[in-house]
Amino acid sequence: MITLNHYVALSALLFCIGLLGALGKRNAIAILMGIELMLNAVNINLVAFNRFLQPSQVVGQVFALFIILVAAAEVAVGLALVINIYRRRLDTNIEDLNWLKW
Amino acid sequence: MPDSQAVFFWLLAALVIGSALAVVLLKNIVHSALYLFLTFVGVAGLYILLHAEFLAAVQLLIYAGAIAVLIVFAVMLVRRGDIRLSNLYSIHFLPALVVSLVLFALVAVAVGRQLWLGYLAPPPEEPLVSLARNFLGEYVIAFEVAAILLLSAIVGAVLIVRGRRRSAP
Repeated sequence: MITLNHYVALSALLFCIGLLGALGKRNAIAILMGIELMLNAVNINLVAFNRFLQPSQVVGQVFALFIILVAAAEVAVGLALVINIYRRRLDTNIEDLNWLKW
Repeated sequence: MPDSQAVFFWLLAALVIGSALAVVLLKNIVHSALYLFLTFVGVAGLYILLHAEFLAAVQLLIYAGAIAVLIVFAVMLVRRGDIRLSNLYSIHFLPALVVSLVLFALVAVAVGRQLWLGYLAPPPEEPLVSLARNFLGEYVIAFEVAAILLLSAIVGAVLIVRGRRRSAP
C-alpha cells in the first residue's frame, strides 16, 4: 500500500538531489537543471497532498500548473541570460562570473 | 498478487531518482540533459498514478517537450572545450552535499513521525471541468497575472538574447 508518506519521501529525495545540483555544479545550465528538479519535487508534493487529503478537489493541481508556468518562464529567461553571458565571456563557469563582486 | 499500484510506484520512483542522480552526477552535460528528460517523463508517470492525468499531459508537453529541448539547444549554443568535462563540480560540492544530506535527513525524520489520515476517495468526476472552474473562478486573478508573467518573460528573453545592436543601419 503506497501512502502519502511514500510520495513525500520521494519528493524530498528528488528535492535534495536538485539542491545538490543547484549548489554543487560549475556550469550555469547544470544549475538551471537542478532548479528544475527541485520544482518538479514540489509539484509531486502538491499533487500527492491533493490526492490523499482533498481528493474531491483539484486545488493542488491548480498550484502545480502555476508552478509549471513559472518554471517555463524562469528557464526561458535563465537560458537567455546564460547565452548572453557566454557571448561576452565565452564561458558559462559561474565561478568566473564576478562582475558584481567588489 | 502484488499491488499493481505499488509496483508502478516503485518502478517510477527508481526511474525518477536514478535519472535525477545521473543528471547531477554525470560529467557530460549532454548526458545530463537527456537524463533530465527521463526524469520529467517519470514524474509524468507519477502524476498518472495520482489520478492527475491532465497534469501528466501538461508535464509531458511543457517539461519534456519544451523545457528539455530548450536546455539541449542552450547546451549546443554554449558548448566549449571538451564536452566530456563540461559539467564539473564546483568548489562548493562538498558543502552542498552536506547541506542536501542534512536536509533530506531532517525531512525524512519528520515524514517518518507524521502519519496522515489519508482517505482515498475517488477523484472528481470531471477533473478538467473543476480545473477550469478553479482557474476561471477563484484563481482568475492569478491566472491573468500568470499570463502577463509569461508574456513579459518571452519578451524579456528575446530582448536579452538579442543583445545590443552593433551599429545603427
